[in-house]
Amino acid sequence: METLGIWIAAFLTLCIYSFLYRDNPFYRFAEHLFVGVAVGYGIVVQIHQGFIPFAWRPVETIISGEASPMDFIKLIPIAIGMLFFARLSPRHTWLIRYPLAILIGIGAGAAIPNVLQADIFAQVRGTLTPFSQLGTLGAGEIIGAALMVIGVICTLTYFFFSVEHRGAVGGLSKIGIAFLMIGFGSAFGNTVMGRVALLIQRVDFLIEDWLGTIF
Amino acid sequence: MTVNNRFQLRLGRMPPEPRRRGLKPRLPMGSYSICVHPMLLICLVCGLCAGVAFAQGLAPPTNVTAKDTPNDDGKSITLTWDAAAEDSGITVYQILRGTTPETLAEIGALDSAEKPTYVDASVETGIDYVYVVRAVSKTEATEETADSEITEPVQATGQWFHTGKIPLFCAMLIFSAAIVGNIYYARSGKEIFVRRIPGLEAVDEALGRATEMGRSILYVLGLGGVSDPATIASMTILGQVARQTADYETPLRVPCNDPIVLNVVREMVKTAYLNEGRPDAYTEENIFFLTDSQFAYAAGVDGIMIREKPAAVFLQGTFYAESLILAETGNSIGAIQIAGTTSEHQLPFFIAACDYTLIGEELYAATAYLSKEPMFLGSLRGQDWGKVIIFGVLVLGLVLEPLGINWVTTFLQKVVN
Repeated sequence: METLGIWIAAFLTLCIYSFLYRDNPFYRFAEHLFVGVAVGYGIVVQIHQGFIPFAWRPVETIISGEASPMDFIKLIPIAIGMLFFARLSPRHTWLIRYPLAILIGIGAGAAIPNVLQADIFAQVRGTLTPFSQLGTLGAGEIIGAALMVIGVICTLTYFFFSVEHRGAVGGLSKIGIAFLMIGFGSAFGNTVMGRVALLIQRVDFLIEDWLGTIF
Repeated sequence: MTVNNRFQLRLGRMPPEPRRRGLKPRLPMGSYSICVHPMLLICLVCGLCAGVAFAQGLAPPTNVTAKDTPNDDGKSITLTWDAAAEDSGITVYQILRGTTPETLAEIGALDSAEKPTYVDASVETGIDYVYVVRAVSKTEATEETADSEITEPVQATGQWFHTGKIPLFCAMLIFSAAIVGNIYYARSGKEIFVRRIPGLEAVDEALGRATEMGRSILYVLGLGGVSDPATIASMTILGQVARQTADYETPLRVPCNDPIVLNVVREMVKTAYLNEGRPDAYTEENIFFLTDSQFAYAAGVDGIMIREKPAAVFLQGTFYAESLILAETGNSIGAIQIAGTTSEHQLPFFIAACDYTLIGEELYAATAYLSKEPMFLGSLRGQDWGKVIIFGVLVLGLVLEPLGINWVTTFLQKVVN
């Protein structure tokens, strides 16, 4: 049974890699199988982890008469969620805007403070922290901290949209772009190394596990 | 040197004598009597120590307090007590909890080396609990325990407001005021300048090219959910793109990986077609759910690209490891590609494989740039004001921090926490 699994995995791996040559029936087969299995799996997960515990069970509890008054509150989000099915009726499609508005509002409201906290304030604090302990830093660390400040100021200048990028602003934003590209270059190299490791893992599977069952 | 002399050397009572064969070292007056006493003294001290230990036992934890954890949803109680001395012999603290002193049972343990604080996150809201902290001294042979006094009954209650977030709230208010003020400024009819963004100027070119070639446009929103700011920005750009495709009657294909995003996108595109007076040109089937699995989605979008060969591909939103797979495939079919994301790890791939890339915040600026609506333009200007505030904080910090005045980092620390 294990050998059969290895053969299926190897066949599908080769089907997907055949895309490197061109689109072909093997790739299409693997692609449709992959998408179909992922959708089926996703639906089952959503039913078990979303629908049953958060929609079905509360309703079941209320119907069985075991619910406390607080349990009835759960009917509100369930009712709002049910409005998604309004799409099935052309006359009532407009009702779907209510759950969408609530979802986007809650989502953005929860996300924006987190973004401000983690991506702005924490970064500014991190940029300034070395300057509160300058006496304890070595020459290299001081240069690093100064470069960081220059990089932050120049990169931030690049992201000014309501100011024309000419003169000093233009110069700073050009330096900012240079800093961005250096950062992107190092991230590119780092990620490519990770991807090569994934490729090696797959080739290792084909050579060791799959060919190992033949030879 | 005799045994007795060694004792004396350790006690520092006698200078070392030179070794001289055949000569008996001379002892100072009274030394012999001291030589005997240390042995007795050690025995005496040992005996006294043992006696004291048996008499006092293990010291129980002191000042044990149980309080409702502040700024939470009413699901935890925090216990604190005084740290024991290093030589107390305590190896571990056991936490006992009950609704009455008779029902006390162990619920957890804390290593004695850790900070003497324990958060009990397994309580129910509105029920009285009492606690005992038990000090345990454990060796291979013996185990000794000492219980603290039982705490006063305490309940876990939820708080409506997280007082620790007040600095963040103040900062949010300042940024929001900047944005709202600028929106009013823009609505008053005053012109707002927006600098050139090459990636967005190419949108017209991409749409025109697709229309001339009679091919479709593929718009990929990435893997973000409906609450992701990058996805929200991407959806508003899609709304602008849809207005133009409605005019040009160019097919617009949007594969989605999130059912809720799918519904929002359908609404936005439909509204765009309605606003352009072309509801007949809207085809709901062109906006469809593919899968929510990352690489299955990538495989599916690649298949669509290869088979349908769209003339323009938009990759706008949140992307992960599939970014290069999508961008490379789009490149291989010769489509004009305009990408944009805030995912800094994926931006290098888009820059390498796409014709134009919106870097980070340019994605958020796109809506204002494309629509020229006062509300979006005012919001964009307000964000620039926010950056000016950040500049100010940076400069202030650079001046004050080296002088040892840590107001700025202290405030930022409060905001971050």
